[in-house]
Amino acid sequence: MTQLLSSIRNGLSRALAPLHAAYASLPAPVRRWTMPALLLLFFVIALLSPSFLNLYWQQVLIYVGINIILTASLNLVNGYMGEFSVGHAGFMAVGAYVASIMTVWVFPRWGLGEYIPYLFPIALIIGGLAAGLTGLIIAVPSFRTRGDYLAIVTLAWNMIVKSVLENVDAIGGPRGFMGMQKLTSVAWVYVWVVITIFLLRNLVYSNFGRGTLSIREDEIASSLVSVDTRKVKITVFVVASFFAGIAGGLFAHIIQFINPRSFSILKSTETLVMVYLGGIGSLGGSILGATIYTVLLELLRPLQVWRWVVGPLLLVLLMIFRPRGIMGMREWRFLVPPEERPEMIDALKERVRQKRKMVAAPSAVGGSSD
Amino acid sequence: MQGLIQQVLNALQVGSVYALIALGYTMVYGIIRLINFAHGDIFMVSTYVAFFVGTALVSHLLHLPGVVVLVLTMLAAMFATALLAVLIERFAYKPLRQAPRVSAVITALGVGLFLENFTLATIGPDPRFLPKFFPVQTFTVGGIAFSNIQIVIIAVSAVVMLILDTIVRRTMVGMAMRAVSWDKFTAPLMGVPVDRIISITFAIGAAIAAVGGCLYGMVYTVDPYMGIRIGWWAFISAVVGGIGNIRGAMLGGYILGFVEIFTPVVLASTYRDFVAFSLLLILLIFRPYGILGRPVAQKV
Repeated sequence: MTQLLSSIRNGLSRALAPLHAAYASLPAPVRRWTMPALLLLFFVIALLSPSFLNLYWQQVLIYVGINIILTASLNLVNGYMGEFSVGHAGFMAVGAYVASIMTVWVFPRWGLGEYIPYLFPIALIIGGLAAGLTGLIIAVPSFRTRGDYLAIVTLAWNMIVKSVLENVDAIGGPRGFMGMQKLTSVAWVYVWVVITIFLLRNLVYSNFGRGTLSIREDEIASSLVSVDTRKVKITVFVVASFFAGIAGGLFAHIIQFINPRSFSILKSTETLVMVYLGGIGSLGGSILGATIYTVLLELLRPLQVWRWVVGPLLLVLLMIFRPRGIMGMREWRFLVPPEERPEMIDALKERVRQKRKMVAAPSAVGGSSD
Repeated sequence: MQGLIQQVLNALQVGSVYALIALGYTMVYGIIRLINFAHGDIFMVSTYVAFFVGTALVSHLLHLPGVVVLVLTMLAAMFATALLAVLIERFAYKPLRQAPRVSAVITALGVGLFLENFTLATIGPDPRFLPKFFPVQTFTVGGIAFSNIQIVIIAVSAVVMLILDTIVRRTMVGMAMRAVSWDKFTAPLMGVPVDRIISITFAIGAAIAAVGGCLYGMVYTVDPYMGIRIGWWAFISAVVGGIGNIRGAMLGGYILGFVEIFTPVVLASTYRDFVAFSLLLILLIFRPYGILGRPVAQKV
């Protein structure tokens, strides 16, 4: 399986080599604007997609996007920070319910009924903030010890959220909550995916992100080099919960009916599967993992009940034969800031070596070896 | 007062089953630091084994007394489930012993889902009943009603737990288990066969879950998803008692039994999960290592 994957990768990189060379030969300003232009092009395609995609494939695309947001945000906690959170669906539920309450009850009551499609992003952000707030409440007591502690706390949190939602009759209880308009479209999901990936990339490659990575490698050592580990952990967790809430809001406004069962521990498990399928510590991996998993489940639909037998089996095999996932700890080139790319780092190393040589050469004459 | 004693009896009955399953979680965690999320589904498989074996025995061996049939069924379920657990350990967890611990936990979740859905796909979703091994008799002493099944459940669980406690504390196997749990790098230097001890731990944990499965099946129905709720509750029991600690798991099981029975007295029964998991969260804030667990100092 490993050979298969690496041969696929080699084949892909060989096929893309001419394209890459052509891109490298472009003048710098063109290269600077390639990515924004591509993003804009895809946005236009997403905007026009209802005219050439049928409803089913639109829905699959939207699910892929929502899963990318969920997976990338969970990867921040589990992959980049090395903690083990298993209750992501709990935060998704908070975002979904709060965003739905905004669009179904609050906005119409404020007389903003006809502007709801334009207020949708605000509803999503409020949902995300609510999820982030609950993330803060969970994070403050949970990061007292390391290891399985966070896993157990987030698990309990997921169960509590589901249980509370089932018991509050005002928002439908176990029957669920409905009345949302179908506001989520391919274009909206695309925009949120781009925002999520952009923000998470900038976070990961910031100074703060380095602190996050150092916690994964060795928490004690990182606190010795003055990383405020507690603050970093709490902040990262809150950011991840925020994006889970956004994903929840998007989910609620495509499916137009949410009930507590949609956000059970099974949903959290699915998200974990996508993270580890794609590979930890890699945003590209999260995109791949979420896409492959979502599309694979759709393709396995004819198997009916056996789909859920084959799926877990594949997961177990994946863990045994490729525990790091598809892209574990590696990243797509375009997601890495230019100054962090391997050839840049190599060039930097080379320059340091040259400088050392220049310093070392006269000193050899002077008789000092250092 | 009579009502209270009645409820305590019910709580002990439910708590016994939780305690038996919690032991499996806690033993496996104690020895390889793995949260074996598949354990609840191993319990579910054991009740299905008990269902098939029990039904076959009752219809073919009518002349045997009910207690003998029950014991035979229980032994068959224990053996089959132990075998299943050892196979799972050998093929799913053992290759991951050197991998990051998270991989093994994900694998455990995967194995659990696999067992659930494989059972669903092959046997079907209909709830089943274990055969009646002996007629249910209800006694009333001083206004408190209890059945012979209730007594069997509480007594058998207590005996099994005593046996386990003795095995762990007094036998060579138990000593080896404690050694591996204490330091899995030094234990092999002292001649402890670590792999075999881990397999034995999985087998014992699963066999105890099978006892719980037979007892549970005598009272409730059996379906492919039953392992989820019972498994989670047993898992909370293990954490509340202090995961890795055997007596803690027993204590936690009974505590959760009381939570299950006494929540409907105060709130509605739909609040059970809420109360149980809130209890877990609050406890973890004040005692992160559970009631009987001891904090482990981190060495640099």
